[in-house]
Amino acid sequence: MTDLSARNSLLARRRAAEARFRRYGAAALALTTLFLAFLLWDVAAKGWPAFLEHRVALPVAIDPARAAAGDFDGLVKDAILAQFPEAQSRSQRKAVLALFSRDGETQVARQLAADPGLSGKTITADLLLSDTADLHLKGIAPLADATAITALTEKLPVTRAFAWRFFSNGDSREAEQAGLRGALIGSLLTVAVALGLGLVFGVAAAVYLEEFAPKNRFTDFIEVNINNLAAVPSIIFGLLGLAMFLNVFGLPRSSPLVGGLVLSLLVLPTIIIAARAALKAVPPSIKEAALGVGASEQQAVFHHVLPLALPGILTGAILGMARAFGETAPLLMIGMVAFIADVPRGITEAATVLPVQIYLWSDLPELAFRSKTAAAILVLIAVLFAANALAIYLRNRFERRW
Amino acid sequence: MTTATRTGFAASTRSTAGRRRFEGVVRIILLACSGVAVATTLGILASVLFESVVFFREVSPLAFLFGTQWSPTGSPPAFGLVPLLAGTLLITLIALATATPLGLFSAIYLSEYASPRLRRVLKPVLEMLAGVPTVVLGFFAALTVAPFIRQAGTAIGLDVASESALAAGLVMGMMIVPLISSLSDDIINAVPQSLRDGSLAMGATPSETVKRVVLPAALPGIASAIILAISRAIGETMIVVMAAGLAANLTFNPLAAVSTITVQIATLLVGDQEFDSAKTLAAFALGLVLFFFTLALNIAALRLVRKYRQHYD
Repeated sequence: MTDLSARNSLLARRRAAEARFRRYGAAALALTTLFLAFLLWDVAAKGWPAFLEHRVALPVAIDPARAAAGDFDGLVKDAILAQFPEAQSRSQRKAVLALFSRDGETQVARQLAADPGLSGKTITADLLLSDTADLHLKGIAPLADATAITALTEKLPVTRAFAWRFFSNGDSREAEQAGLRGALIGSLLTVAVALGLGLVFGVAAAVYLEEFAPKNRFTDFIEVNINNLAAVPSIIFGLLGLAMFLNVFGLPRSSPLVGGLVLSLLVLPTIIIAARAALKAVPPSIKEAALGVGASEQQAVFHHVLPLALPGILTGAILGMARAFGETAPLLMIGMVAFIADVPRGITEAATVLPVQIYLWSDLPELAFRSKTAAAILVLIAVLFAANALAIYLRNRFERRW
Repeated sequence: MTTATRTGFAASTRSTAGRRRFEGVVRIILLACSGVAVATTLGILASVLFESVVFFREVSPLAFLFGTQWSPTGSPPAFGLVPLLAGTLLITLIALATATPLGLFSAIYLSEYASPRLRRVLKPVLEMLAGVPTVVLGFFAALTVAPFIRQAGTAIGLDVASESALAAGLVMGMMIVPLISSLSDDIINAVPQSLRDGSLAMGATPSETVKRVVLPAALPGIASAIILAISRAIGETMIVVMAAGLAANLTFNPLAAVSTITVQIATLLVGDQEFDSAKTLAAFALGLVLFFFTLALNIAALRLVRKYRQHYD
């Protein structure tokens, strides 16, 4: 009797232990998933306001004499102040002007250049509001003194629209003007260089190691090297780029060329390992059949094995590129962190890349840059997501089971 | 068609010697391409060693390795590695304390308990987390996690630095979870089903089977996964650059601000560099330390797996 009840309590304990263990596992996965969800939600909540901007249609009277003298800045300022006759003191006028971004000048100049006949008439300029006014209207950071902005919304129609300039402008010191175009083009150039070099060297190395290399100590040495390289911290590659590519070879600092070179070395192990796996997956009978009808070793590999392994290699290459696209640390070392307002036009010009832009903006004190940083992160994650989706699609579309 | 084949055949027999020479050249090119990996390793070694030697001419290696003060911009500058090592170790420990239980339990649940459908959903989630760029995690650590920990600490009367080691360590731990879980998952799956079946047939519960049969069999692999995770944590840069401090405090208080080796490399080399100043060269000496630490850990992980790998037929 007692024996049985003791056994029953033991069973109950073991059952409870089983349930507890299972719950720990489920909790670990739930926590990890929650972390990812919260991270994405947090960034999205911080970032989405930066995709919107506020603009005001302002009538600007063009005084021919001042237009001829090129005083567009003064014309726009007078047009703004004309709407606020009650702003008389210096500080009041300053508060009013602080509501607007500094792009009215170029807009008016462009309109006049397109149609000189407008001189002497009144034109409409679509003025962008400044970052502080914008944040006030979005309700993120209310202005301490809201009299000027309230007066503005009462007097002129303020429109809220999608901020295309976030994608079409380069970086800027003015938060409301800052955009990602320079960083996106820089990333594109850098990743193109990295992809080109990484793919060529990586696939060649994989073909050699998988298909031609003799089994000897040197081949072993190369393999150990590749595996170690895959685990070297990325910042060390930045040191290599700084000491070798910049100081020894004298390549241009901050350029996508050097960034791409460094990243190609960084993703080389990834590509080699993926390409080798893809080559290994091609059944040996294919190669043997080619050899059997008289193809040379290299003809068999390059005409038959490699084309069949290509989808797998491409999938690996895309994943390697996704890694290169999100990499920041080594690019800090080679000077891609400078403030660059211009959009790079070649791989030897100074540029920055998207992740570095995120790092730079995250360091700025203005509140508007905080939401710009989060918005840039959303763009980065969207690109990575697309790259991964493409890799999965390629894998499913072209994968062959032998 | 037939003529084309025939001329092609004739051409190929005529040029067999040429083809052989061509293939010899191609082979050499391919060999050279696989040598790029070796060249990269040598290049890394050369660049960190060369600048480090110059550095150690100005600062004695003993003062570097055992100095307890790090202030490269102070006057006189101090280049003591100990506070940085301590900071790196502290953040790594916090990261591991977060990632090891989460990663290991995730892997066990995925391989032993989860239905195939749940696996199909959760594996991509872990892969997505692994694919989040570290600059994003750094932003999250600095702007969301660190202020939260600071507020929570203040609420219960603790003094938390705004760039606490805890925030950086926790987020770094979450970064490592997918690494540990995917490596452990592979290893646990490699344990033969017959071992599990034997244990279950003897009346053990699934959790007892995991604890007494599967985990002991997978232990070397799991240990090597954790070593790789340590190596990853030590070399991680962006999270600590954005969320950890610049001041190298020698403390093991997780609520204080500490600095790490990678943070110092990044801050010393961003901006103007003069290659004759000890400040710039110190970054390369730190790089040398980092390279050897991670190399040693990687080799240890590899050895561990090779030595204790169980062979099943």
